[in-house]
Amino acid sequence: MSDHEYTPSSKFGKWFNDRLPLLTLGKHLTDYPTPKNLNYWWTFGGILTFCLITQIVTGLILAMHYVAHADLAFGSVEHIMRNVNYGWLIRYVHANGASMFFLAVYIHIFRSLYYGSYKSPREIIWILGMIIYILMMAAAFMGYVLPWGQMSFWGATVITNLFSAIPLVGESIVTWLWGGYSVDNPTLTRFFSLHYLIPFLILGLVVLHIWALHVPGNNNPIGIDLKKPSKDTVPFHPYIVIKDLFALLIFLIVFAFFVFYSPNILGHADNYIEANPMVTPAHIVPEWYLLPFYAILRSVPDKLLGVIAMFGALFILVILPWLDTSKTRSAIFRPLYKQFYWFLVADVLILGYVGAMPAEGIYLLVARVATAYYFAHFLIILPILSRKEKVLDVPLSITEPVLGGAVSASAVRQKKDKL
Amino acid sequence: MSEKKVKRREFIFTATYAVGAVGVGATIWPLIDQMNPDASVKALASTEVDISNVEKGQSITVLWRGKPVFIRRRTEEEIAKARDVNLDELKHPEKDEDRAKDPEWLVMLGVCTHLGCVPLGDKGEYDGWFCPCHGSHYDTSGRIRKGPAPTNMEVPKYEFVNSNIIKIG
Amino acid sequence: MKKFVIIFFFLIISNLTSISSFSAEKAAKPMSPGWSFKGFFGTFDRASLQRGYQVYTEVCASCHSMKHLSYRNLSQPGGPEFSKEQVKIIASQFEVRDGPNDDGEMFDRPARPSDNFVSPYANDKEATAANGGAYPPDMSVLVKARKGGADYIYSLLLGYDEPPEGISLDDGVYYNKYMAGNKIKMSNPLSEGIVEYADGTKASEEQMAKDVTTFLSWAAEPHLEERHKIGFRAIIYLIIITILVYFSMKKIWSRVESEV
Repeated sequence: MSDHEYTPSSKFGKWFNDRLPLLTLGKHLTDYPTPKNLNYWWTFGGILTFCLITQIVTGLILAMHYVAHADLAFGSVEHIMRNVNYGWLIRYVHANGASMFFLAVYIHIFRSLYYGSYKSPREIIWILGMIIYILMMAAAFMGYVLPWGQMSFWGATVITNLFSAIPLVGESIVTWLWGGYSVDNPTLTRFFSLHYLIPFLILGLVVLHIWALHVPGNNNPIGIDLKKPSKDTVPFHPYIVIKDLFALLIFLIVFAFFVFYSPNILGHADNYIEANPMVTPAHIVPEWYLLPFYAILRSVPDKLLGVIAMFGALFILVILPWLDTSKTRSAIFRPLYKQFYWFLVADVLILGYVGAMPAEGIYLLVARVATAYYFAHFLIILPILSRKEKVLDVPLSITEPVLGGAVSASAVRQKKDKL
Repeated sequence: MSEKKVKRREFIFTATYAVGAVGVGATIWPLIDQMNPDASVKALASTEVDISNVEKGQSITVLWRGKPVFIRRRTEEEIAKARDVNLDELKHPEKDEDRAKDPEWLVMLGVCTHLGCVPLGDKGEYDGWFCPCHGSHYDTSGRIRKGPAPTNMEVPKYEFVNSNIIKIG
Repeated sequence: MKKFVIIFFFLIISNLTSISSFSAEKAAKPMSPGWSFKGFFGTFDRASLQRGYQVYTEVCASCHSMKHLSYRNLSQPGGPEFSKEQVKIIASQFEVRDGPNDDGEMFDRPARPSDNFVSPYANDKEATAANGGAYPPDMSVLVKARKGGADYIYSLLLGYDEPPEGISLDDGVYYNKYMAGNKIKMSNPLSEGIVEYADGTKASEEQMAKDVTTFLSWAAEPHLEERHKIGFRAIIYLIIITILVYFSMKKIWSRVESEV
């Protein structure tokens, strides 16, 4: 931490701080210089922290009432919904909380893509974020298994069977994952154990993610390095705290709407049928947040290659900082990248859409094109753009923008403020 | 900055804090209340016990709400002993008449009021019950007479359905 | 491009329901009689719930279990709200197996309000065998377990019809417009006057279908009324605190010359 020395005013504070510098940490966090031009897309870090805490608290409570046993799990969820005081509320917050968590994380990731927040010197922040994202998917998948409905059971069967694609040892790995010859009670109990563990791993990684962020400081919409502290920055508290809080409350209104007025709309009706190993539902789909990857998996006709493509689609994000080597961070000053960015957003939405559709006919064709484009964006377009793109002039500071060529609306507004 | 402006700023902050505190409280309540007994536990109200086979001077123990309940058919001697006590001597004064509706039948939670152990019957200095955990002595009415327990053993709500069946709860 | 993406996004959102309702097999779109429990202030119609319980217990319950409900639920707030005494009488009409007693034997006794609904069959296998190989699903959360929810159940109950030309049905299989694939192994359960409502309502097929579906909707979501009530308060509260925080934010940010 680069802050100047901090001395607590009280004697006890000083005594304590000399032994455990919590007060120095607190001071660092409140004074942390933050670019003053951060827009609302930057509030999702705080929103995500809130989501994680909410999931951990509601999850702890659900674990007090839930029974991880193949014969009792479904009934124990009904017990929570019917008998436990406010159990219905806590379960609906947890179930919809997962969706809200992913909604926020997708906005957070796409914000980073737009403003080039993954670029030097923030590669480690980005990689930690990607590990968090992958762990989130694992936690969400295992959590979805716990109610032991039809989608839980068959989702678990399908996803664990992905590992059977591994040559030679695949089958053994799947048997090992299951603890038997099919998804059954041993699978449920281990998923429960891991579902309980992963959020705490995520919490630890979030601490590292924020620590790594506090070394270079926040990126900002203009994507320039700032002198800190300076008139381009404001202290985190109260400026950013209150702004994050405002955004969080707007987010909570949406969240509350789901929880209280359509708590099951994001789930699947089949999951209210108790798991039955003899009957597969007509149409298996994962939760909405996994659909783009599901589409990639299904678009490849070979089992092993499909699995590789799906995991590759994630891995490629991890190495993104070395695929896009353009020195200019923000898309505001990269006219071509900005176009391709929106193509990518559309591409991922299309993948999500076809992921929910049956893998046949036109849907399969679209999925294949979209998958190819997804990889092309990262492996071909970005490296070429990094070299060939003619970028616009970047201002030297937030308060004194140097304007040249096309400018974004916000930059113009800032210019007006200045005049 | 005028004084009026300062006041308004303070007002908006105070209002935000106050309203925010209400919201936090309202959010925390469900998280606490969920640990209270749930609807299915609360519904398990009553147990019916057949007492036709209990002889005078015998006790049976039944389970109610996860706790033992002592049902003792007292002898004349025990009843007399329980009724013949000066209330001033008692740590927790209660008339035996109030504890046993039908003097022959004493129904009470078999849980020591000290720290929750189950006392042993026909033991102790008052020929009632004796708690082995920390040495509390109860008399033939289940009242605390000696030892660390603060109050008498609790009498649950019960009724005689007929002369052979007691309904507890 | 950005606008295009945003429009596309909303197209997907608006199609969300049709995405998951995809089915290869044809089935008619369910009808809705208009439910009192939909919407921000939706509540159940008590009289309809009580009639619906009557239809369930006199018609459905001969094959369909409802094992996650207890008799006590029938008197809880937000449900049919029978009185506690009525529930005791309802429960006592069913026998449950209890025990072991002091002699180590299992015995039958009349059900109490705290007991779960007694199932018509001992286990799923018996239920399947007794119904021509088709398991009559448990009805505790049936409304939530079917795409289309209450509308679908209501329509299915009224969807029995003569099979059109060219469709042959095996024995014990019936034609239903709303069933996926149009073939159902449950015979038409409702016929006019099959129950006699205590409150004098005419027991037409539509009336019974509506009542029993209302009852099943409550059974699947017994805290719906509480949820709507708390939800409304929560959202009003959130709007108020958001406005307060907004003005606090404006105040704070007015100290620096910048847009928020």
